[in-house]
Formats: sequence, structure tokens, C-alpha cells
Amino acid sequence: MQQADLSYVRTEMLAPQPAPNRERGFGAWLRANLFASPIDTVLTLLGLFLVVWFVPNFLRWAFIDAVWSGPDRSVCATIPQGGIQPEGWSGACWAFVNAKFAQFMYGRYTFSERWRVDLTAIMFVLLMVPLLMPRAPYKGLNALLFFVVFPIVAFFLLVGGYFGLRYVPTSEWGGLLVTMVLSFVGIAISLPLGIILALGRRSKMPAIKLVCVIFIEVVRGVPLVTVLFMASVMLPLFMPAGVTFDRFLRALVGVSLFASAYMAEVVRGGLQAIPKGQYEGAESLGLSYWQKMILIVLPQALKLVIPGIVNTFIGLFKDTSLVYIIGMFDLLGIVRQNFTDAAWASAQTPMSGLVFAGAVFWIFCFGMSRYSIWMERRLDTGHRR
Amino acid sequence: MASNEVLRADTSARVSWMNDPKIRGIVFQIIVVAILAAAVYWIWGNTVDNLRRANISSGFGFLNRRSGFDVSQSLIDYTSDSSFRQALIVGLLNTVLVAVCGIITATIIGFLVGIGRLSGNWLIAKICMVYVELFRNIPPLLVIFFWYLGVLSVLPGPRDSISLPFSSYLNNRGFFLPKAIWGDGAWLITAALLIGIVAAFLVGRWAYRRRMQTGQPFPTLGVSLGCIIGLPLLVSLALGVPLTFEFPQKGTFNLSGGFQVKPEFLSLYLALSFYTASFIAEIVRAGILGVSRGQSEAAHALGLRARPTLRLVIVPQAMRIIIPPLTSQYLNLTKNSSLAVFVGYPDLVQIGQTTMNQTGQAIEVVAIWMVIYLGLSISTSAFMNWFNAKMALVER
Repeated sequence: MQQADLSYVRTEMLAPQPAPNRERGFGAWLRANLFASPIDTVLTLLGLFLVVWFVPNFLRWAFIDAVWSGPDRSVCATIPQGGIQPEGWSGACWAFVNAKFAQFMYGRYTFSERWRVDLTAIMFVLLMVPLLMPRAPYKGLNALLFFVVFPIVAFFLLVGGYFGLRYVPTSEWGGLLVTMVLSFVGIAISLPLGIILALGRRSKMPAIKLVCVIFIEVVRGVPLVTVLFMASVMLPLFMPAGVTFDRFLRALVGVSLFASAYMAEVVRGGLQAIPKGQYEGAESLGLSYWQKMILIVLPQALKLVIPGIVNTFIGLFKDTSLVYIIGMFDLLGIVRQNFTDAAWASAQTPMSGLVFAGAVFWIFCFGMSRYSIWMERRLDTGHRR
Repeated sequence: MASNEVLRADTSARVSWMNDPKIRGIVFQIIVVAILAAAVYWIWGNTVDNLRRANISSGFGFLNRRSGFDVSQSLIDYTSDSSFRQALIVGLLNTVLVAVCGIITATIIGFLVGIGRLSGNWLIAKICMVYVELFRNIPPLLVIFFWYLGVLSVLPGPRDSISLPFSSYLNNRGFFLPKAIWGDGAWLITAALLIGIVAAFLVGRWAYRRRMQTGQPFPTLGVSLGCIIGLPLLVSLALGVPLTFEFPQKGTFNLSGGFQVKPEFLSLYLALSFYTASFIAEIVRAGILGVSRGQSEAAHALGLRARPTLRLVIVPQAMRIIIPPLTSQYLNLTKNSSLAVFVGYPDLVQIGQTTMNQTGQAIEVVAIWMVIYLGLSISTSAFMNWFNAKMALVER
């Protein structure tokens, strides 16, 4: 219209000016993120002090001053302590971990038979990795192999006594082997058992509900240590005379029952979060109770509580370290036991062994939690606002 | 034809009783109960047989017998001549002691770290994140061993104790603090403290009612603190401070006097606090993030400044999200205190284990554990449910 003739209205846009120097670059980032206010500055300085004090000291201890190999404790002890290191030396004794590494992995598993553990571990990894990758094909077959065939094969391989394999009693097992077997069996038992307990707790049948509530609440109310004591001291009392229970089996029973009670509560949370319409819809289609649960409710409920389920797995994995109390040597237990080895006792040994065990536990648990976060995002079918 | 079929479906007589869900449910329950009863009967019979063979008389009579073992740390008078009952009470008190200390410290660290993770300060947020991810993913037992074997047992011996401020010392036998010794009239100070707490409570209630009626604020926090701290302070000043300290003295082989915190307690307490704090931090973070942004925006729109917004709008709503999971963390800490048995801190489980070894009364000891831990769990969750109900949103 008229406005086209107005000469003082600009028709083209001005090029945007760069932000002021104060708002740009590294300096601005520092000001916004580290020195926004006086309190912030103090906090930053405190944090910086902590980092500067801790990180170089730790790096020096763990890498620069560390001893990587050696025949016995003398490499990890100072001269006054009867070693070769100068006085005031402080470094990690990785030589200890190095020398005991096989024990940390296998325990006292017969030396010539350790290939059986290795084979089991390789099978475990080969079957688990494709199962965890959503894009890998043949999921059904893979799951069947992993959850049905693998445990049977692993049982015969690890225990032996058949097919010309030598029998290796579980009292010789130890280290990471025990940790992994306990966790795997614990997870494989506690998930289905927990689902059944959760369904039982939500059941309309009063007797079933009561039994499930009592079991879940009693187990969740007491510490794992007492459950393990119970499994180790009372299970033999409950059995007829002459029936002996393997100690490893007792630990398995204790850990699995304990984890299943926690799992039941997690699954119950998922079941409660499913809207009533889903239950009613399934019923109106004429599905039976088990069809309704397996086809409609549980897939949705379990998906909702994946973080909780994985947290229970992580808890179980960490809790396997408590079987030390009933005389089983898991990874932490065998590291702890080796501190008393006179050939390696030094001031640095405990810390080095614990840092090693901690790193192994940490990698497994952190991996599990990251995988669950990733899976949760993947399975999120967009019901979020 | 269609109506005929509808009619037929209506007559339930056609449905065989085998397909009636009600009857099936009852039958199923009877079967389950029968199997359970049979299992319990079988276990009972086996247990009675086994106990008879091992010559163990069941029952709680052993509680009155002389225990014959010493306990390294006790809150009440205890000698090896005391009974098993007293030993177990000592254990229970030690469990409660470490749990209460741990809960307080874990809450403080947890809240600080949880808020720190949300801080706008990049460095602080990252440090807090590293802390949480580190401690959440290692077993608590490893943290206990870390403190006990890795840190406290490699400290120098008593002769070269590390001196700390306030005449306290740290060595491989524990942490030595000056011991407070109260003189005459100390009970008056305790009485003043109790009166102060009651007064603070009454003032708080009165101030709340007045604010509800008139809208006038009252500096409740300051006045309450004045009552709780100021009143005992005034009384003790009036009495001429009846308080002396016994300082730990460095001897040739050991420190004498003072108040000794044993390394067993210290490692368990530190480990439980640090481990649980990482979980509490995540709960606090989730709670604060759970308050929707609209709430703080609305508060700003009403003209509230940052601090009142935080105090009156964000924190009360965040607490509602935080409290239920916080309860279960407190319970977890209490249950994890049973890891004491690994370092020899005489808690309920450790003393129970010793009792079990000496008397062979496994079933009774396990029963005592279960009853006490269940009792602790139920009482903690009852208290927290009450607190939760008090904090919950009043919906109209």
C-alpha cells in the first residue's frame, strides 16, 4: 500500500551483531558456570581445591608410584618395613593384584580345569551380547539358548562329574566366578518368582494374598545377612537326617529368595500403574487370567518398571559380596582373604586390592545402569507429554 | 435365533462348576494352603528330629544364662558375667546407635550432594555427579572394608598419632576426643534443654495459628533456636559452667583418657553414611526436579523473591516427593548396619552370631533377629507414614 513509498522504513534486515565480548567464548562460560556470584566463586575455589588435592595424588598413587610386578611383598614395602622402596613411598601395589589375578577370577578352581570356566564365560558373552542388541536377529532362539540351554550346559561344564569331566566341588569355586554365577542364577530365579509373588499379592484370593504379603514383608524387613545365616544354619536343620545341602546352594537359595521379594514390590508398582481399562478390556475380550496377564498387562507393566528391575539386579550383584559371611569366597571375599597372605602383607596391599575389586564391581554395575537408561529411552513409546 | 442364543448365555446352569471362577479359586487356595501346611509339618518334624539328635533343647531359657564373652563397645554396663539377654540388648543398642548416627550424617551429605548436582556451578555439579555414580555402583561392604582395612588400619600407631584440633587424636586404634565431664547441677541444664524444646514447640504452634488468622509472620526459627540453645546456655552460665574436659594423654604405648571412638564403629558409620548418601542425593534431586516449573514461575508472578519461593513453594512440595523413598533408604541403612559382623563391630547380628556359636540355639537367635529387625522396620515406616500424612497435600 502506501507504506511501500515510505523511504525511512528499511526493507532489508540488518546483519545480526555479534554478542558483546562479555557474553562470548570461554570467559563468558566461566562467568556463567563458575563465578556467577560471590558464593559461587567460593564454592568453585573449594571444589577446585578438592580436585587439585585429590586427582594428582590419586594418579601418582595409582600409576606413577605404583608397582606393577614383583615376586613378593618386598616390592610394595618401604625399607623400614623390610622392603625395597624408599622411606615415605606410597603407591599402589598392583603386583599383588597381578600375582593373585587368577585366584581373584577362579578362586581355588582346579588349575587344569580352568578352561571350563573360560569356555562358560565365552558362551555367556557370545549369547548375551546379541540378546542385549535390539537389532540382532533370532531373538526367540537366542533367549531360549541363553535362559534354557546355557544354564544346563554351564552346570555340567562347571560342576563336572559327567562326560569324562572331572568333578569340581563348589567349595573350590571362588572369585569373580562365584559372583557371576550367584548373580546370574539369582536374577534368573528372582524375576519370575518376583512376578508370581507380585501377582499373588494383587490376587483376589485371600489365602494366596496373605501368603505372598507375609513372605514379601518378612524378607524385605530383615537384612540379607540374617537371611543368609538362616539359609546356612537353618536349611540343614529343616532337612531329614543325612540330607546335606551344598553350601553354594544355600547361598543361592538365600540370595534368590531375598531378591525375589524386592522384585515383587517393583513389579507390583508396575501392575498398579496400568490403568484399570486395560484389565477390563482384556476381560471383555474373554481372555483368561493368565492370557490377560501374559498378553496384556505384564508387557506394559514390566516395561514401565525396567529401571526398578535393573536397580534390583544391581542390588543383587552388589549383595553377592555378603556370601563371605557363610564361608563362600566371591570376588570381594577372596580379595579380603588374600590380605592375610603373609607373602604379600604390606601397608599398600589392602587399598590396592580393594580399589581393584571396586573397579570390577563398578564397571558391571555402571554398565547395567547405563544399559537400562538406554533401553528405557528406546522402549519409550511416546506417552510422555 | 439371535435372541435364543442370548437367552442361552444367560442361563448360567450350563456352565460346569469346574469352570466357575469362584469355585476354582477356592479349590486352588485349598490346594496351596494344604501344600504349605504339609511342608511346614514336614520341616517341623525334621527340625525336632535334628534338634533331638544334636541334644539342643529349644526354647528361650538360654537368655538367662551367663554369656561368658566380652563385648568391645557397650552403651550399658556389661561384663562377661552378664546374661545372653543383656548381651543382645547391648547389640541392639549398638545397632540403633550406628543407624541413628549414620542416618543423620547420610541425610546431611545426601541433601548437600543432591542440591549440588542441580547447582548452576558446573564444577560442583560434576563433583557431585562423580560422587553419586561412584558410591552407588560399588557394594557397601567394599566401602566398609575401604575405611576399615584401607584407611583406618594403616594409620600410624598410638605413639605417632595424628594430632587434630581440640586435642583430639587419630591413630589405628580409633579416634580420641576430649571427654566432657559434667559437674554438680548438670541435671538443671538437661531440664532447661527439655523446657526449651517444649517452649519452642508451643511458640511454633502459637505462631502458626496466629499467622493462619492474621497473616502476620513471626520469626519462629530464631525464637525456637533461642529457647533450645539459649535457655540451657543461660542456666549453665548461672551455675558457673559445671563442665570440665578430660583430654586424651599421649602415653608410651597408648593414649589414655578421653573418649575413644573405635575404628570398627568409625568405619561402619562412615561407610554407611557415604554409601546411603549417594542414594539420598538422587532422591533429593528427583524430588526437586519433580516440582513443576510452573510452581516457581507462579510464585515469582505473585511477587515472591527467590528465598521465599524456595522456602514456601518449592521445598514443601519437593519434600512430599522425597519423604517416601527417603524412608526406605533409612530402613536400608538400618538393615545394612548388620554388615557390622564383617568388621567385628558388636551389633545385634554379631552378638547373635557369637551367641549362636556358644549355645547352638540357631532358631531362637534367628527368630530374635527377625522380630527385632521387623520391629525396627515397622516402627520406622510407621513414623514416616505419620510424617508423610502430616506433610501431604490437603485436598479439598
